[in-house]
Amino acid sequence: MASPNMRSSQGDQEPFDLAAALRDAGLAALVAAGLAFPILALRAEQDMSNQLVLQHRWSWMAIAAAIVFVGRLAILFWNARPRAEKPAQTAAPSALATTFAKFIAPAGLAFLIVFPFVSLWLSGPGGSLKWINNYGIQILIYVMLGWGLNIVVGLAGLLDLGYVAFYAVGAYSYALLSTTFGLSFWICLPLAGILAAFWGIILGFPVLRLRGDYLAIVTLAFGEIIRVVLINWTDFSNGYAGIAGIPRVTFFGVPFIDGEGGFANLFGLEFSPIHRTIFLFYLILALALLTNFVTLKLRRMPIGRAWEALREDEIACRSLGINTTNTKLTAFALGAMFGGFAGSFFAVRQGFVSPESFTFIESATILAVVVLGGMGSQIGVALAAVIMIGGTELLRELEWTKQIFGNDFDPAQYRMLIFGVAMVIMMIWKPRGIISTRTPSAFLKERKAVSGSLVQEGHG
Amino acid sequence: MAAPSSSGADRAPFDLAVALRDAGMSALGTAGLAFPILALRAEQDMSNQLVLQQRWPLMLIAAMALTALWSYVIERVAYRPLRGSFRLAPLISAIGMSIFLMNFVQVVQGPRNKSIPPLISGVVEIPIGSGSITIAWKQLIIFTVTALLLGAFWYIVQKTPLGRSMRAVEQDRKMASLLGIDVDRTISLTFVIGASLAAIAGALYMVRYGVINFADGFVPGVKAFTAAVLGGIGSLPGAVVGGLLIGLIETMWSHYFSSDYKDVAAFSILAVTLIFMPSGLLGRPEVEKV
Repeated sequence: MASPNMRSSQGDQEPFDLAAALRDAGLAALVAAGLAFPILALRAEQDMSNQLVLQHRWSWMAIAAAIVFVGRLAILFWNARPRAEKPAQTAAPSALATTFAKFIAPAGLAFLIVFPFVSLWLSGPGGSLKWINNYGIQILIYVMLGWGLNIVVGLAGLLDLGYVAFYAVGAYSYALLSTTFGLSFWICLPLAGILAAFWGIILGFPVLRLRGDYLAIVTLAFGEIIRVVLINWTDFSNGYAGIAGIPRVTFFGVPFIDGEGGFANLFGLEFSPIHRTIFLFYLILALALLTNFVTLKLRRMPIGRAWEALREDEIACRSLGINTTNTKLTAFALGAMFGGFAGSFFAVRQGFVSPESFTFIESATILAVVVLGGMGSQIGVALAAVIMIGGTELLRELEWTKQIFGNDFDPAQYRMLIFGVAMVIMMIWKPRGIISTRTPSAFLKERKAVSGSLVQEGHG
Repeated sequence: MAAPSSSGADRAPFDLAVALRDAGMSALGTAGLAFPILALRAEQDMSNQLVLQQRWPLMLIAAMALTALWSYVIERVAYRPLRGSFRLAPLISAIGMSIFLMNFVQVVQGPRNKSIPPLISGVVEIPIGSGSITIAWKQLIIFTVTALLLGAFWYIVQKTPLGRSMRAVEQDRKMASLLGIDVDRTISLTFVIGASLAAIAGALYMVRYGVINFADGFVPGVKAFTAAVLGGIGSLPGAVVGGLLIGLIETMWSHYFSSDYKDVAAFSILAVTLIFMPSGLLGRPEVEKV
């Protein structure tokens, strides 16, 4: 199983065999050509009379094979380089990593607090709108969702593939309560959280005894049920068309409008739409920090200890008299509640909700953020959200590639493709997540970071 | 490699319901790939009706071979490096692979629906009493092919050395490798077989609906996973029973109530069943040793 690593761990290096490497790369290129043949070399296209016609693109196949050939050779060269013996995986983290871990959280927080004003100062009101909205707010939403799901997956060790359902419940709660009853955002926010927590408990009951794949499919099914109901129950949710005209966010009652009584007027500023965006940024930052704060506090309380004990060993948990039913239900409920908060923020930010926003891909993205970050590591989840969501937003800015590939080239359609590949590569590179250390919740004398591979992942 | 565990965490069953264990997505990503291949194969033959009839098996074999190759490479690249790693890593890798495959097909084959003329037409009439029952040939063919494949697959799993290795690897990977079973090879072959089956399923899907789209693989993939789980993971008869149940529930529900909520009906039955039978209808309950 570990045969490729055997040689390097013994320390002696064989000389690089160029002929063998070329043969290997040639074989890989041949396989790539085979893979490319039906998909790249042939393309079925509907013609005028609605008949499918074949188009040939042999050059594409050749290019794919060439890329794989060169890539395979490069990997072989890289693997053959002389290298020192690697320390064992479970060794204590280096001093550098410890320092890094100590300072990243305060530094990150300070950066986030000044971020809107720095970007306003650097790129003006027009340019900073994109930075604050597309990057700042978008990433923070996923940080918050990741932290919420982290309670269920990272702490309690229960796999949840339908987390987006709670996000949807929160969004629709705010959308419906505000458009139907005219309730304000600040009343709807806790209501949305409570409703989502309630749905979390509803999901929690049937899955109490389930584990592994069985748990995965039921949570996935739950997410799909909520979405299908939102699509088809048009009297309630207006179906595919969604709910538009949701009241926008106000500054604790002061609307962000031009003229008398508006935010700009009240504070003697010149009206600019950026005010609302900056307020939304601080709102989601506060909500995300609340999630983090509550999680960190709960980890030190009996319920948090019970979650982690459940993740480590369910049978031992039960033998020690921990009520696993309550433990699981509270994990689902609290995780769902933060999903609900994030959902109502989403609704107030967009002013429009539709079932399109709550597909399985969203659940998968949030789960990927949690797992790639290193389950149970708060900083890791935040970093993973920055990399994954910030990365996909960066991929929107590839207009310049048109100058290389011509105007027919549409970089936007490669966005999700690259997203998928990045998920696979990051998982293979760091199966335990970006942050490979965990902070123990119980310790003797001194709080030391431990390796992530010592932490169980739960059975759920 | 695996963290110390009281419950045998390194067991991580590799399941006979093939790639479905890994998120249920991987196989379907592969099946999603099979569809365009099939579409263009079939279309290639469209110039001449007669040729089409003769080439139909050829097209099936080509689709199976190409899909199997894709599946083999995906297993090597995206899953094998994660074997023995912790449980959620392959899941995320599989989801990433599924997103990649769908978007790859969209980019290189175009986002629009592709339709083909009916491959098999005509009906059989079975006279019963005063009236008669009409069954389309394509329905009969789908039924027969499925039954034949089921038999063949059952034979492979139960009677051949490969099937014995597959079952051994599913039960205990470490013990299997100690007894001289090449675990990597067994898993690769399982992926190849699974992908071939997915390719045939894709072909039958084309026969039935005549239209494909890059994203068409997703819903059948989730349904296949649902069926495998409902029947009990690792149980072949369970998968058959689960698939039949899901299909019947959806059809009956659409007929008597509304087709809008057929997914809700199927998923609700799944949830209710699992409340009372946490390891599916025919699955083995997981016994935990302390």
